[in-house]
Amino acid sequence: MSTWSRFNIVSIIVGFAFLYLPIVLLVIFSFNESKLVTVWAGFSTRWYVQLFQNQALLDAAWVTIRVALISATVATVLGTFAALAMTRYTRFRGRMLFSGMIYAPLVMPEVITGLSMLLLFVAIGFDRGFWTLTLAHITFTMCFVAVVVQSRLLSFDRSIEEAAMDLGATPVSTFLQVTLPVIAPAVFSGWVLALTLSLDDLVISSFTSGPGATTLPMKIYSQVRLGVTPEINAICTILIGIVAVGVLIASVVSRRREAQRVADERAAFAQ
Amino acid sequence: MSRIGSAIFNRLVIIIPYAWLLFFFLIPFVIVLRISLSTTAVAMPPYTPVFDLAEGISGIIAGVKEFSFDNYIWLTEDALYAKAYMSSVIIAFISTILTLLIAYPIAYGMARAPSGIRPTLLMLVILPFWTSFLIRVYAWIAILKPEGLLNQFLMSIGVISEPLIILNTNWAIYIGIVYSYLPFMVLPLYSALEKMDHSLTEAALDLGCTPISAFWRVTFPLSIPGVVAGCLLVFIPAVGEFVIPDLLGGSETLMIGKTLWNEFNANRDWPVSAAVATILLLILVVPIMFFQHAQTKADGEGR
Repeated sequence: MSTWSRFNIVSIIVGFAFLYLPIVLLVIFSFNESKLVTVWAGFSTRWYVQLFQNQALLDAAWVTIRVALISATVATVLGTFAALAMTRYTRFRGRMLFSGMIYAPLVMPEVITGLSMLLLFVAIGFDRGFWTLTLAHITFTMCFVAVVVQSRLLSFDRSIEEAAMDLGATPVSTFLQVTLPVIAPAVFSGWVLALTLSLDDLVISSFTSGPGATTLPMKIYSQVRLGVTPEINAICTILIGIVAVGVLIASVVSRRREAQRVADERAAFAQ
Repeated sequence: MSRIGSAIFNRLVIIIPYAWLLFFFLIPFVIVLRISLSTTAVAMPPYTPVFDLAEGISGIIAGVKEFSFDNYIWLTEDALYAKAYMSSVIIAFISTILTLLIAYPIAYGMARAPSGIRPTLLMLVILPFWTSFLIRVYAWIAILKPEGLLNQFLMSIGVISEPLIILNTNWAIYIGIVYSYLPFMVLPLYSALEKMDHSLTEAALDLGCTPISAFWRVTFPLSIPGVVAGCLLVFIPAVGEFVIPDLLGGSETLMIGKTLWNEFNANRDWPVSAAVATILLLILVVPIMFFQHAQTKADGEGR
């Protein structure tokens, strides 16, 4: 039995206060009547009303959502493949390079990734815009998916796959009917992670996007440089709300799935 | 049939992501290197290409002879760049240490928490990571401003009479980095500490160790894999950080990510920014390989 000392509790409370207080303050001041974000002048939702009349902002939000949905989906397929390759085939030519290319983007400063991808697109004569943005997002998010799915695959009991193969299932149907259902929660959380990373990205997007494909973070950044306004607080609050709801749904879904899986396994063994 | 299908499936699983990363991650670095060796031109794209692939091998040989190290010489001649690299590494280093000092008690507290609430605590640490990085950095501007919320608070309780100047100093950058990267440090520390057998510490205490020496002799050494992983996860991206120094740091702040961005966007000097990126990559290649090594080892243990 572990003892949870007062020191432990205090450090957790202080730590979480540090993590959450800035976000809470930002949300509170998005409802401020005054144009100043540091002086409270009464409750108001006028910044939200103003926001929904800002067509440029809504366009940017739409671009961001489309890029995120496409790139997260493709990145999830590629990342899951990469995770399979990393865990299943421990020896193939160039494996060191492969794992290097999976791990390096996780820590690579975004300015380097962004610049290098931009120079690739220029070198091959690909006009910068929506699609270059999407390709860049697929590339950096697939590595995060790969790591998430890989950690699930490492604890995966391969004997059930072997059983399926012995019973005559093809590798593809084994993957689709046995492996995928088991790793599905990890694949799904990889997809959600890729989606939020894509929605969030500023630096790589700024390098790889072109005219007509301005994303919401790029828009927010250019407004922030002009100064802090409650309108930005309002956009941020909406984004935080979306993420909070998304994470909540994801955790409920994965918990249910996990409970279902445990129940199924028990039922299978009970027979 | 099945065997052929199996072979094709196995191949595809490797080849598709491999080819993708080669083309979109590795080849771009080769292009960066190539452009860093070319000269600036007033054209679009604004550099003179080194290789003319249409001319085949002879073109490549001719290209190698045309390599120009002018951009690198330029970087060494202007003290600004050396200073920016130095201060980036120093700022990243200080921030990493501060993050470790703040994250350790949190991770330790979490690992010692009743097992029922641990998943919730873990979720609470991860959650801010899902909200926008830009938003989290932006939130600090309103707090740290001279007339901001922190100064209002401190002055109202009478701790200070003059507002503290934090925004646009290095302190704001440290706060920004610590805040943004805290989950990256807490998570590996937590997973190292959670695995630890607490009876070892109790044995040390029973045998007469003081709590402090028990920590340094038992707990800390066992958490070193987590410390290393966490520090690398914070240090490497922090060296090249752009958003935090740009929004929280002042005009005097020199960080290489910001220099690269300005060189590229404001001065439109692509060969020089490619050279800046190449040197930054050279500085980071050792920590990155170290990180990869640590990750591969951790995967091996999980197997």
